[in-house]
Amino acid sequence: MNLFILNALITPSVGLIFWSSIVFLLLFFILAKFAWKPILAAVKEREEGIENALKSAENAKKEMESLKAGNEKILAEARVERDTLLKEAREIKDGIINEAKVKAQKESDRILTSAREQITNEKNAAITELKNQVATLSIDIAEKILKSDLASDEKQKALVSSLMKDVNLN
Amino acid sequence: MTSKINIFLQKTKLIALFFAVFALTLPHLNASEPNEDPIVGADSTAAAHPAKSDTGKVNIAEVAFEHILDAHSWHFWGEGHHAVSLPLPVILKSNNGIVSFMSSQFEHDVKGMHLVEMNGERFVNFEEHIYYAAETQNEHGQWLQFGKDDKGKEIVLNASPLDFSMTKNVISMLISVIIILWLFLSTAKAYKNTGITSAPKGKQSFLEPLILFIRDDVAKTNIGSKSDKFVPYLLSLFFFIWINNLLGLLPFGANLTGNIAVTLVLAVITFIITNVNGNKSYWGHVFKPHAPIAIWPILIPIEIAGLFIKPVALMIRLFANITAGHIIVISLVGLIFIFKTLYISPVAVGFALFIDVLELLVAFLQAYIFTMLTALYIGSAVADHNEDGVHNEDDEKMAHAH
Repeated sequence: MNLFILNALITPSVGLIFWSSIVFLLLFFILAKFAWKPILAAVKEREEGIENALKSAENAKKEMESLKAGNEKILAEARVERDTLLKEAREIKDGIINEAKVKAQKESDRILTSAREQITNEKNAAITELKNQVATLSIDIAEKILKSDLASDEKQKALVSSLMKDVNLN
Repeated sequence: MTSKINIFLQKTKLIALFFAVFALTLPHLNASEPNEDPIVGADSTAAAHPAKSDTGKVNIAEVAFEHILDAHSWHFWGEGHHAVSLPLPVILKSNNGIVSFMSSQFEHDVKGMHLVEMNGERFVNFEEHIYYAAETQNEHGQWLQFGKDDKGKEIVLNASPLDFSMTKNVISMLISVIIILWLFLSTAKAYKNTGITSAPKGKQSFLEPLILFIRDDVAKTNIGSKSDKFVPYLLSLFFFIWINNLLGLLPFGANLTGNIAVTLVLAVITFIITNVNGNKSYWGHVFKPHAPIAIWPILIPIEIAGLFIKPVALMIRLFANITAGHIIVISLVGLIFIFKTLYISPVAVGFALFIDVLELLVAFLQAYIFTMLTALYIGSAVADHNEDGVHNEDDEKMAHAH
């Protein structure tokens, strides 16, 4: 093997060190300023944008969920309230009807009782009056008869006989 | 993470096949006439005595190294004076100041036999290393003097100027820089034009997952809350290594990321960034380890060595992985030349295709590993530790998240 070539392989040459240092460093500075900076900034900006979008989507989802949950809660509450209202209304209705029934019953009872009393009273009054009138009439008739029958002797005799007859008859 | 890699694999599948087929057809075509244009033979002494072998034997190792090493010209095909190559500028810091000329002046000579005179100085190219020419030629016609070093190793005694040439690797790197800048500046523009509200389109949708992968799975995972500051460096590092790994797989491509000078530079930058950002607990870990004081004399040197071993490991890992891949592909294609028959080519091409596709994965993987380890080292330097060495809440969170 050629030793000079082998030596060259593992001996860094000054010229290439010089040129590659200059070229690589220049390349690095140019790339850093005009390529990496805008590219990395753009990529970062996009990543942040995506992250923000995802975050806000997540927030919106959460908000929607809480909204939905709220709605459901309100709905449930409303349902409960409706049920209570209905129940109360039914109770009130039943109460009113019952009360009315009781009241009506009482009233009718009272009316009947009072009517009955009135009737009894009036009946009694009528009977009393009738009794009185009959008495009066009887007295009047007796008076008249007495007057007419006792006007002559004959007549008085006739009457007494007739009366006597009746008595006999009885 | 796996899903991201899957997407990437799917997207690159077509490109991979195209690259691999294209890469393999070219050496295959050349293989049909192996004896007409023999590659210069080279044994252990051939460097010093570069007489051309008449046997037409091909030294695959030499060919492989020619492909993986840097060069002063961009060689396409052909040998010697028939070689077709793109001349590149040679820039030298010599004793008389800066000297520059085109590599074509060497007339494809890499054996130190062709003199180039500039500003009263004379240069020769020997194995793609430029030396000051010796006063006289040696018996092989080379303007070089050979000698032995202390260990008896053969060395060139000539002095050499500092070489700042725009070599094949430098040009390849500049091409990669143009590609990277085009890719990412247009992508950055796309973000500006379409805004962030629309989905990414085209290149943007291919690159964005990769950018996010580096930002989230590499930087954030390993560095934690302070990762934003380092993401630009990690991104630049990852795409620089990856694109250059891929360019290296192209036919005629240069082996840039398999060059130790380049991986050295990248590792040194990582080393500097890591240690400049090292916080109190990081340095405390090095100089005041959580151990009995009696073993500090052993532990502290190890910790200090560790500071340097980490980037050295980074440097060698990338260099060795990429170079090894190239050597395997060339060696497999070289089977055709070793067996000197075309009938072996289906086997050679089949295996080379397999390795080439594997190399596409390695190209990504090595870029990822380099970037990931860089992030890990930075992470260890900036992480907050309590006095007893327990990770703080932030680290705990990260650990749980992954």
